Amino acid sequence: MEDRFMLGGKEFSSRFLLGTGKFGSKKAMEQAIIQSGTEIVTVALRRIDLEQTEENILAYIPENITLMVNTSGARNALEAVRIARIAREAGYGNWVKIEVINDSRYLLPDNHETIKATETLAAEGFVVLPYMHPDLYAGKALVQAGAAAIMPLGSLIGSNQGLKMRTLIEVLIEEIDEVPIIVDAGIGRPSHAAEAMEIGADAVLVNTAIAVAEDPVLMARAFAKGVEAGRMAYLAGMGREQGIASASSPLTGFLYDE
Amino acid sequence: MNNISSIDLLHLKPDDLDLVFRSEDRRLLEEMALAARELTQQNFGRAVSLFAPLYISNYCQNQCVYCGFQTHAGIQRKKLTFDEIESECKALAATGIRSCLILTGESGYHSPPSYIREAITIAAAYFPYLAIEVYPLETVEYRDLCRAGVDGVTLYQETYDRSRYDELHPAGPKKNYDYRVQAPERIARAGIRHISMGVLLGLSDWVKDVTDLFRHLRFLEKRFSGIEFGLSFPRLRRVSGDEHSYFEVSDRTMVKIISAARLLFPHAGISMSTRENPEFRDRIIELGITKMSAASSTRVGGYVDKKSSYDDGQFSVHDQRSLAEIKSMLIRKGYDPVMTEWRNIVNQ
Repeated sequence: MEDRFMLGGKEFSSRFLLGTGKFGSKKAMEQAIIQSGTEIVTVALRRIDLEQTEENILAYIPENITLMVNTSGARNALEAVRIARIAREAGYGNWVKIEVINDSRYLLPDNHETIKATETLAAEGFVVLPYMHPDLYAGKALVQAGAAAIMPLGSLIGSNQGLKMRTLIEVLIEEIDEVPIIVDAGIGRPSHAAEAMEIGADAVLVNTAIAVAEDPVLMARAFAKGVEAGRMAYLAGMGREQGIASASSPLTGFLYDE
Repeated sequence: MNNISSIDLLHLKPDDLDLVFRSEDRRLLEEMALAARELTQQNFGRAVSLFAPLYISNYCQNQCVYCGFQTHAGIQRKKLTFDEIESECKALAATGIRSCLILTGESGYHSPPSYIREAITIAAAYFPYLAIEVYPLETVEYRDLCRAGVDGVTLYQETYDRSRYDELHPAGPKKNYDYRVQAPERIARAGIRHISMGVLLGLSDWVKDVTDLFRHLRFLEKRFSGIEFGLSFPRLRRVSGDEHSYFEVSDRTMVKIISAARLLFPHAGISMSTRENPEFRDRIIELGITKMSAASSTRVGGYVDKKSSYDDGQFSVHDQRSLAEIKSMLIRKGYDPVMTEWRNIVNQ
């Protein structure tokens, strides 16, 4: 069955996105990319060595992969915009994942500043992918501002807690159909990734759970399969979870005079 | 009231510290270390960033009785000219170091803020990340240095025990405890993104000092949530012939402190100095260390002039390994040595 994933005007077959931070070695990261079949990865501009030394992280990202530079380190819209422009000028393309974080204890994204940065960058022709707190108003504002997708957090970043925000993400999935919804942050297990896809997310982005696994390459493959399984289940149309099985109809039985 | 068994390590509170710190329970320490390691991996992954200090002047008006640079120390004084600063930067950058901490003693005449500013402007061409460890400044001065390219400020209170602080700083501008303890707030208001804090272990009762440091940091975190905070726990090495009594801080205590720091501040950077010996440094990385100095000289002009007869460093470096050796040690342990963690692009 054809199930193409459209994002930023491009077509992808994988719905699994990978973050590149926290890996123990760049070789492991490279293998995780290749073996998981991911087609989109995100890299912090602050981790790219603009002087192209031997350690340059980009040397380990295969050429056919779509690069999404992120604005990690930005504390407000202005800083995010500046980082995105530097990335584009340096030749890293025009896909940018906006991360505006002004909270160093929980690393929660600032939706208000994120919306402002999205507005500016979308107007400048960037493919803008904002990381956000799952709030319906913010989601709609981001779409208005020209975001190419919205990326709600599943739970606190790096927490492995899974879909603590499930109800709010479901609202976004239900109400926003103009752009894809990509669940980002907090996804700790392949089953969490599958769950996000089952409820109708368009894609999932994972980093920590893979990067810090004992075998990151195997874990990346596991996540890719989790995403795929969840997507298939969503397309297949899952049965609803049933409460108590009951044979009689205490409320409506009287309608059927037997 | 509180007892050890009711303490939830993953939700450790400053109020629990006294009990935790004074406990001799081996199992508790192991549990703390395990939890700290897990949190560190979760939040920082397998990355350790490397930096090196660069001393530009050792003239100092202060009389910190524990310091090798204090005004009465019989050392040769030196202040780098701007050309010499440039040569030092060039030599240090050539080793592969991309993150640099610029240090100077406190001297209104030799190292005023304008001198530091010029040094920063020069160094910014060589290092994408620049921090300073200098005497406390005014907010406007910090703001000025931020615009010149400063990304981080390191400032240790040394000790939070006021009477001990008074005794250890008999004269000089540093005698003003309040001006120093309020400096992190001025740094934060100036827009500088990283603030690194610490106490000099051994000056006073470490249980009280570390607890007060953690309370201070927690206070700052709530008021300045956007700042990335760092912690450091330099351990005093006995100064020979000194009449002041210092407190012994054991390796076991160090592990306790670093683990507690990680549990209370899951995202704080924790750095480990070359004061510590290589064996201890290598073991402790896993517990929560995210930053290490490498290939360090604590001498003014020490990167260009490696074998000078003039050898007065601020403290002796116990880990003498080269940057390449530190990197290969990290790689062997499954860590990624990170040289470029930040680039100065948004300070304007």
